[in-house]
Amino acid sequence: MRREYLAPTQITDIMKRPFTPNRRLIERIGFAGLTTTALVTTLPIVGTIVYILIQGAPAISLEFLTSFPRDGMRAGGILPAIIGTLYLALGVSIFAVPLGIAAAIYLAEYASDTPLTRTIRIAIINLAGIPSVVYGLFGLGLFVLFLNFGTSILAASLTLSIMTLPVIISTAEEALRTVPQSFRTVSASLGATRWQTIRRIVLKEALPGILTGVILGLERAVGETAPILFTGAAFFLPRLPNSPFDATMALPYHLFVISTQVPNMPVQIQYGVALTLLAFVLTMNLVATVIRSRARAKRQW
Amino acid sequence: MHKIIIESLSLQYSDGTESLRDVSFGIHQNAVTVLFGPAGGGKSTLLRCLNRLNDLAEVKASSGRILIDGENILDPKIDVIALRRKVGMVFARPVPLPMSIRDNVTYGLELAGEKRRAKLDEAVERSLTLAAIWDEVKDRLDTLAVALSGGQQQRVCLARVLALQPEIILLDEPTSGLDPISTGKVEAALQELKKEYTVVLVPHSVQQAGRTADHAAFFLQGELVEYGEGKSLFTAPKQKKTEDYVTGRFG
Repeated sequence: MRREYLAPTQITDIMKRPFTPNRRLIERIGFAGLTTTALVTTLPIVGTIVYILIQGAPAISLEFLTSFPRDGMRAGGILPAIIGTLYLALGVSIFAVPLGIAAAIYLAEYASDTPLTRTIRIAIINLAGIPSVVYGLFGLGLFVLFLNFGTSILAASLTLSIMTLPVIISTAEEALRTVPQSFRTVSASLGATRWQTIRRIVLKEALPGILTGVILGLERAVGETAPILFTGAAFFLPRLPNSPFDATMALPYHLFVISTQVPNMPVQIQYGVALTLLAFVLTMNLVATVIRSRARAKRQW
Repeated sequence: MHKIIIESLSLQYSDGTESLRDVSFGIHQNAVTVLFGPAGGGKSTLLRCLNRLNDLAEVKASSGRILIDGENILDPKIDVIALRRKVGMVFARPVPLPMSIRDNVTYGLELAGEKRRAKLDEAVERSLTLAAIWDEVKDRLDTLAVALSGGQQQRVCLARVLALQPEIILLDEPTSGLDPISTGKVEAALQELKKEYTVVLVPHSVQQAGRTADHAAFFLQGELVEYGEGKSLFTAPKQKKTEDYVTGRFG
């Protein structure tokens, strides 16, 4: 393919053209337009957060966070839902994090470009695109019924783990790939095996990026309703779950329940739950951002 | 005495870039052997064959043998890790590992399983001294190695190789990014090192080749054009191509 180039004289001609006020004005308008668009995109996010904060803040109290619901959930607190969400996050950390990181190491460090690894990659990409309610149904079929875990924290965490895996795998793989190749070459030249290089150099350097991915994955898991709907979430429980085979209340499902299933629900409590859930997710996001920016400041390559 | 014997070595990369064609010669023990010639001649490729670092690259085909102390190191069955401890390498661009100066130097030893603090400390001082940088860094061994200047980094990289007490040291244009003073220090260190080690150097200029070579091999487009003693090869080359290159008629 041939490309058309400007002759040097043409370029100098263009440079000599006066920068008229008219063109300056067009540029100004252009910049202003872009700036406005950028600001407009943040409006819905900021609006939502502020609105929920204003509506939900009055509901938040120590009692709200640490006691059981009363009066058919129309009063009292949301402790079981908070604890349940923490349990689910813990479950996902146990199942999805090691598996996801291991898969990322395989893909980034060991796998060469073969039909097998291409299939794996395509599978991961597609996994990320499956609607979450489908995961819920799959979890119901596999974990709840076939493996007979029942509607339980175990079944729900496993379902959430499958949904979270692609996020963790792809961000961790990306983090591993950003570690310069020269470190691997040098390490090998000093008599390191591949695994020694990964353990001592690559993982250490990629850790902040991997953590970011893990947190983003957990964040997604914590906020999902559909996958736990059939697999582990309880409408109401008078006590805290005491084994992985117990069902549990969880914040997103609780919000769904009190917003749609309970008549005469005080709006304040709904916003209180929404705010608590939002606080969970935003805190995790903040932690991820801090880890990332700290690592970037410290990084020497 | 020949430490390394290369026998009809041929190699081609998958992307068809650099290659080697039927290269044979011997590399002397306790001497500096210089591999020089224009870019793309196969010097670095040959260097990377000597410690099997080419295993990491996409090689399409290779044939021939490389004997180190009589053992064919291209044999797939040999212990590559042990080979790389015995044949150390310094790269064109200094790549300090993301850790302190001390940890950079002890990295290879720790990989090999050395845990005794006294041994490691002794190795740090000995190899940094040999690489002519001990005095400059002895008070800040625990600072990050990347904080050093390029010339210092390169000498730490050399020390890192020396800490493993290899028998052969490969240097791939080790001074290409350095100022003349740093370059002089590295070259002086090489003259010391050859008393104990076998040194194979790809110099970054013909002048450096002339300054450092005990023996020299001239490579052009993957072929060994001429090989001989440094002095005679640079003053009275036998091949027309070598003479043209050494005198600067091309390259």
